[in-house]
Amino acid sequence: MATVSTSEFKGGLKLMMDGDPYTILENEFVKPGKGQAFNRVKLRNLKTGRVIERTFKSGDTLETADVVDTDMQYLYNDGEMWHFMVAETFEQYAADANAVGDARKWLKEQDICQVTLYNGNPIGVAPPNFVELKIVETDPGVRGDTSGGGGKPATLETGAVVRVPLFIQTDEVIKVDTRTGEYVSRVK
Amino acid sequence: MEERLTIVNPGRLLPAHPGPDFSTASLGDGPPTKSTLMLEESRWRPQCGLDTLRKRARLNAKIRAFFAARDVLEVETPVMGACGVTDPLLHPFTTVFTLPGQRESRRLYLQTSPEFAMKRMLAAGSGSIYQITKAFRNDEVGRHHNPEFTLLEWYRVGFSLHDLMAEVESLIAELASGERDLLTPERLSYVDAFTLALGLHPLEAGFAELARVAEARGMPEAAELCGRDRPIWLDLLFSHWVQPGLGRRRLTSVYHYPACLPSLARRCEDDARFVERVEIFLEGVELGNGFHELADPREQRQRFESDLEQRRAMDLPEPAIDRRLLDALRVGLPDCSGIAIGLDRLLMALIGGESLADALAFPIERA
Repeated sequence: MATVSTSEFKGGLKLMMDGDPYTILENEFVKPGKGQAFNRVKLRNLKTGRVIERTFKSGDTLETADVVDTDMQYLYNDGEMWHFMVAETFEQYAADANAVGDARKWLKEQDICQVTLYNGNPIGVAPPNFVELKIVETDPGVRGDTSGGGGKPATLETGAVVRVPLFIQTDEVIKVDTRTGEYVSRVK
Repeated sequence: MEERLTIVNPGRLLPAHPGPDFSTASLGDGPPTKSTLMLEESRWRPQCGLDTLRKRARLNAKIRAFFAARDVLEVETPVMGACGVTDPLLHPFTTVFTLPGQRESRRLYLQTSPEFAMKRMLAAGSGSIYQITKAFRNDEVGRHHNPEFTLLEWYRVGFSLHDLMAEVESLIAELASGERDLLTPERLSYVDAFTLALGLHPLEAGFAELARVAEARGMPEAAELCGRDRPIWLDLLFSHWVQPGLGRRRLTSVYHYPACLPSLARRCEDDARFVERVEIFLEGVELGNGFHELADPREQRQRFESDLEQRRAMDLPEPAIDRRLLDALRVGLPDCSGIAIGLDRLLMALIGGESLADALAFPIERA
């Protein structure tokens, strides 16, 4: 396995630490004018999602993690696993609930997601930044009703609940920003 | 951006979406996105504003006036030298010098600081001198580091460390005037600064105590990182938890560093545990390092040799010892104190910048 030195640290680099794959979120170089330099690094554990801080002596080396982000099409959920396919190769991967995490509420069949593979196994799934989903249930909007900040909850076909404007009705398709979970627009 | 990601025809293969935003600080290796391309297109421009360029020019003019009024001579020394620094924690850039018509070439080092050349001038009888120059350090880049940076370095013949601190305070007050209001400057001994921030004595605390302090502040890995190496422990604790609180709205000078962090300072005559070294801080940022200069050629040679020993242990290149400096010290360095101040950092602190890039026209990413 390849190694990297602290001087190559940057956001997005994947490393092995204590047997787990991590990705670097932030890397701060700390050095007195005369003295030892350190790298204060913020990392996310790619298995648990936990964010930690760790300090290294500049010049230390670490093992890189065999982690790749691959675009895959979401196929279906069999009740236990979520199945994805690499469109070019038809290779299929099954991700468990742990790997899919919060992304599950945005997954619509045939959408292209980013699946993170660690040693060939899915450990994370990122939905597209924007998804278009159908509303399966929302209260009929009452004109002039401005309670609740001018919106109302709507349940989407994937089970996610987002706040939508009052004029949006059941069976309409809306566009949602998955990073914030917010309604963006109505899709005609 | 949004349009590119809209799903028009589910099932059709779509261009890769950018995925989770791992970093806003780095460009990453992925295919160029619209925002990275836009960034590249704007890189011909100076990073800092035109008003900052003018402030830098004014800063330089004020510095020259300050030293002219005190009869300190402005000098220049080579940026390329035959010898590199021995300090194992500094990594010099090198370049190759080819004589016309000759096949042989010589390695030259871009200077990490002009200190050795300036000391040779002092030994030759220059009297007090200063210069504004570029210095170069490889392997250093970050919020407060750029591999090439501007230094103001000066030496005052006959000055004690406290005389020098007083002059630094006057200079900073003059440079800050009209730019920002600073409180009365403060002087703290290293032991006091350390004890105030961390509640223990930097030299008397045992390694287990140092480890407990780091662990309590969320760094359990410090024990493994520093082991039983006190200089590394002190650098770690000081740079992470002492320094950030120093120099808030005022210039803070920290003096009398532990003898295990000597650099080029002479030992304190009344207490051999410390050296006559000062560091100055403004808004938690280290601006400079000063010394009551080591003049003893034998001790200088020992420090060079112990540096080289450390370099061997760390598998680092071993540059030749600067014999011309040792020759100069043998003739005699006048009793003097000197300091180097990073002008990019000073400008950053004076304009309230967060990063060195706020004070630079072309930081390394745009160079």
